[in-house]
Amino acid sequence: MKKALALVAFFVIFSFLLLGVVQMRPFGEPENEDMDDYFLGDSQKRHEVNNVVTAVLFDYRGLDTLGEATILFAAVSGVLTVLRRFKDKEEGEK
Amino acid sequence: MKWEMSRVVKTVTDILVAPIIIFGIYLILHGHLTPGGGFQGGAVIASSTALLIIAYGTLGKHKKDLSSIEAVGLTLFILIAFLGIGSTVFYNYITGTGFPFGGSLPYHGPNPGYINTGGTITFMNLMVGIEVAAALSLILWMMSKRGGVMEPKGSSSKKAEVKD
Repeated sequence: MKKALALVAFFVIFSFLLLGVVQMRPFGEPENEDMDDYFLGDSQKRHEVNNVVTAVLFDYRGLDTLGEATILFAAVSGVLTVLRRFKDKEEGEK
Repeated sequence: MKWEMSRVVKTVTDILVAPIIIFGIYLILHGHLTPGGGFQGGAVIASSTALLIIAYGTLGKHKKDLSSIEAVGLTLFILIAFLGIGSTVFYNYITGTGFPFGGSLPYHGPNPGYINTGGTITFMNLMVGIEVAAALSLILWMMSKRGGVMEPKGSSSKKAEVKD
């Protein structure tokens, strides 16, 4: 019973994945190209930036980067909170 | 008490740390021209910290300094972003003016490699690089400390002696 259930689940999920692969568009031909063309053309003209990835990261999608930096800050805060060490009189130097 | 690696490793570390840090700074400063950027450069600088920790076992007492540097980097990043609030947040308000050193590209198009271009993107790269370098160094350093696990007061003296 368990094996049959697992088999059914496997085939359902596999068919979904297969459907996704079959319906996938060919590489390099996305459905909407307007934003790509805008980024590629505008980043060098307006921002004088060769690295389009950087232009997208720090200008067009800057809020994402802000969130990323905040996540890093939160991660460091968590690490400091978990791994901090209370001061012990007898121990002295670490 | 102190945990160190052999003299060979320490010597190689002494030789390699400066070039690694310089390479990280290069990655950060050229983030808008070549592949790389703030995150990558900061990670490279943090890798030099990892090398130091592996070779020497400790970094000393710079936890608060690193924490402050990280906070300053994030704050300046947010400040640079919000200075363009006249148009939008993250508006590139100093592009084309060559703000820090004067002069700008004579034409708009492919950048032949001038660093003082890119407007706020360069400074944001710098700030994010500072923040990532400090943050990853801090994480590595905190995790490398032996006996860094939180322990209640008074009960850890015997355990610490055994560990050391």
